[in-house]
Amino acid sequence: MTSVQHSETPPRASPGRRLSTFFFRHPRTRLGVLLALPVAWLVVVYFGSLVVLLVSAFWDTDPFTAEIIRTPTLENFQTIIERPVYRDVAWRTIQMALLVTLADIVLAFPIAYYMARIASPRTRSLLVVAILMPLWASYLVKVIAWRSILSDGGIINWALEPLGLSFDGYSTVGLWLVFTYLWLPFMILPVYAGLERIPESLLEASTDLGARSLTTFTRVIFPLAFPAVVAGSIFTFSLTLGDYIAPGLITSEQFIGTVIYNIRGQALPTAAAFAMVPIVVIVLYLLVARKLRAFESL
Amino acid sequence: MVESRLTRLLLRGGAVATLAFIYAPLLVIALYAFNQNVTQAWPIENYSTKWFSVAYHNEDARDAFRLSLTAALGATAVALVLGTLASMAVSRYRFFGREVITFAVVLPIALPGIVTGLALQATILDVLGPLGVSFGLATIIIGHATFCVVVVYNNVIARMRRTTGSLDEASADLGADSWQTFRYVMFPQLRTALLAGGLLAFALSFDEVVVTIFTAGAQQTLPIWIFATLARPAQLPIVNVVALFVIVVSIIPVYIAARLAGGAGLTSDRPAKGAVAVEVEAQP
Amino acid sequence: MRRKRIAAWVALGLLVAALSVVAAGCGGGDDDGDGASAAIEGLGADLDEIKANARNEGEVNLVQWSGYAQLVDEFEAATGCTVNTKDGGSSDDMISLIQTGEYDGVSASGNASVRMMSTGDVAPIDPDLIPNYADVQEGIKDQDYNSLDGQPYGVPHGRGPNYLMFRTDDVPEDTDSWNVIWDDDQLAKYKGKISIYDDSIFIADAALWLKATQPDLGIDNPYQLTQEQFDAAVELLKKQAPNVGEYWPGTPATQIAAYTNGDSVVGTTWPYQYLQLTNASPPVPVKAIKPKEGTTGWSDTWMIYSKAAHPNCMYLWMDHMISPEAQAAVAEGFGEAPVNLKACDLTENPNHCDDFHASDESWWDDVYYWTTPTADCGDPDSGDTCVTQEDWKTAWTEIRG
Repeated sequence: MTSVQHSETPPRASPGRRLSTFFFRHPRTRLGVLLALPVAWLVVVYFGSLVVLLVSAFWDTDPFTAEIIRTPTLENFQTIIERPVYRDVAWRTIQMALLVTLADIVLAFPIAYYMARIASPRTRSLLVVAILMPLWASYLVKVIAWRSILSDGGIINWALEPLGLSFDGYSTVGLWLVFTYLWLPFMILPVYAGLERIPESLLEASTDLGARSLTTFTRVIFPLAFPAVVAGSIFTFSLTLGDYIAPGLITSEQFIGTVIYNIRGQALPTAAAFAMVPIVVIVLYLLVARKLRAFESL
Repeated sequence: MVESRLTRLLLRGGAVATLAFIYAPLLVIALYAFNQNVTQAWPIENYSTKWFSVAYHNEDARDAFRLSLTAALGATAVALVLGTLASMAVSRYRFFGREVITFAVVLPIALPGIVTGLALQATILDVLGPLGVSFGLATIIIGHATFCVVVVYNNVIARMRRTTGSLDEASADLGADSWQTFRYVMFPQLRTALLAGGLLAFALSFDEVVVTIFTAGAQQTLPIWIFATLARPAQLPIVNVVALFVIVVSIIPVYIAARLAGGAGLTSDRPAKGAVAVEVEAQP
Repeated sequence: MRRKRIAAWVALGLLVAALSVVAAGCGGGDDDGDGASAAIEGLGADLDEIKANARNEGEVNLVQWSGYAQLVDEFEAATGCTVNTKDGGSSDDMISLIQTGEYDGVSASGNASVRMMSTGDVAPIDPDLIPNYADVQEGIKDQDYNSLDGQPYGVPHGRGPNYLMFRTDDVPEDTDSWNVIWDDDQLAKYKGKISIYDDSIFIADAALWLKATQPDLGIDNPYQLTQEQFDAAVELLKKQAPNVGEYWPGTPATQIAAYTNGDSVVGTTWPYQYLQLTNASPPVPVKAIKPKEGTTGWSDTWMIYSKAAHPNCMYLWMDHMISPEAQAAVAEGFGEAPVNLKACDLTENPNHCDDFHASDESWWDDVYYWTTPTADCGDPDSGDTCVTQEDWKTAWTEIRG
């Protein structure tokens, strides 16, 4: 705590002070210095790498050795547009991403609401810890655990057996369960944050005006929490859209991620061309999310 | 309490169900860590703790664990620096391209991991390689830090939105230089947000496999080691032991962080209930 | 404000353009046109120098098929080279790994080796520096999958067939034909429980079936197919696809788990999985055969990366893998035929070599080793055109749906 002193001659400023004074007088430079490193990293390193990859979508490959031949061609885009398999795979992946998002919203809301508005502070912090903990459990091990849960000799079928039912776990349904499970914490946390921000007074007003719980939910709570829901959905949607490990372990259906992974070695330009699809989808999704003010609720 | 008793009951039931859903597979992992058999059949026939000692003596697993820790620490450090810098810039200044920064920060985590991985691998091979940077710890950290920035950024920017710049100005008026202002005024306000962001970034990096497969070269982080062990059926139980170990060990930092943050915010910043009534009503 | 926005877009556009130009020029690829040479930077000139250099190198990084590296501890103790292995799931996978430059060598099957020899990613070997090379079966040396322009490109590792494997409690024990995974009624019977290798090379297995059942297509070599033959094979595979329960990746553990749990009951496999299943406790009731129509297979070669960082350790490794001891270990550990017949005296099962037909060349007549399709059908003078590797790859994505 510096005491305010009046002296005839101000103390000689150290280089550090002189630097701060300079920055104080030149806020634009200060801004530039602040931004220099992050921008350099994100724009030059990351964005640059992306551009390099996507440019390769215009190259050709040797049909035997798969070496890249740098002559521009639209052949790769032609392939992914003309052959129906790419369309099918893309649509299948997008559907899966949407279904997973829906399931996660449904599963997240009760617990998020409970944590935000009903639980005592102590319970709340315990629950937050309980939600965060599984994020530390390895993604791979969770998928392997689900592999065994879903198998013909696994827990689900073991439980269904006395009822005479059976469940083919190694399917798209099984994969949907796995994805829903994996990304659930990413939906719970933003929704919890969003629900907590809703002032109690609004809910009281709603009840005073005669609304039942369901009406309050649909007319007051959900709309107010919607940006947070969208924020959470960014994670569930994009993580599902691009994953290639879980689909490979659970089902034999192809998804965008698995196709790109399989052909990346010997058909990199086609893989890059196909990679444009999820990129475009996600950029569009992000733009919509931004409009819906989700970025403030991340 | 505004909610009716029935609603509260239902919500509590829903919460319990979701928690059960979240923890059931983790219990399965824990059970299989004690499974004597190599294959993961159900129900488990024989229990044994032998795999714990096998895992402990497995050098590859230990090396991978160490590499993952180091990489996560490095990535978290980089993410903390970059995320704080960027959020300080975005929250305190109005400049052209401000919204683009937020977009650019979110992009690495939003884009499919395989795209990020392929892009970074190509860059490492063609650009960084000739410059002398080869696959290794550095490239792993580069890959992780790139999408860890966003979690730090979100936490810090949310916190900074809650504070005004007037405190910093007051500090400067009182004669503090930039470093002192940061150390005595800004940092204490940001501390818990940084902790929360850092913790999340660490978890993200420690468990990352999708991008790391492309940026690690011949190195093995723990997730890569697990992935490789999938190919060796005789060693599959070790994976469960290692996973259980990580889960149990991670209780400590997460719990500490929750206590330190005082329950006030572990993801984004959440003020006390009702305190933002003004903000909400001001929204269109 | 508008001007600023336009300026920003222009700046962004310029940035993208600049990066594109950089991308176009960058990564110009390795110049491999200067004639393949066995001389790798850092490689010793004689055996003693190699052994001394190896101690300095201290490690060797290998890309391998799961289960190939054997007697690693003995090797490490004898040479001072620590062995780090990375399992590849497919030949494409292995080529990608080698091209990262992080590895010194690879156990390449024919559909990887030919491509890598052409691109120069692997270097020829100098047999004088590999003492055990002299003991390799003559019939395996200088084949088109392990030599180019008269130069040997690696040390043979061993060979084996792709088996038809089935659970004997679900599939009749006397099954002897591939029809169980190709005929309509069989496909319906085992729907959802068929296990197929997930790689475009499997198209050759379809071609093999067509060779036996549709001779008028005129298929001779299942890897060199005319467009008509290829289309027929793809047609067949698309018919099979909805009935397949799993397309197993090159990581054996998933297929082993599937057969153990009964999720898969019939399909293609490598001897390694068969051995793991029969040696499990309790053993899984499976049988593996080479069906009467023949099968695809592989004859693998350890090859050295042309820019290996540890060439001396790699040479010692290659010598180690064709030593009788290592050959015996891998032959019994993986379940294949060794290529150094001195190993036959060392195997635990004294009949191993006979069981696996190590010296019975006629048995291998209907085993078609993996190789890469070429546009000239393997014979530049014939004037025929065959479907290329690129098309195989594209077709496989379509078949998988």
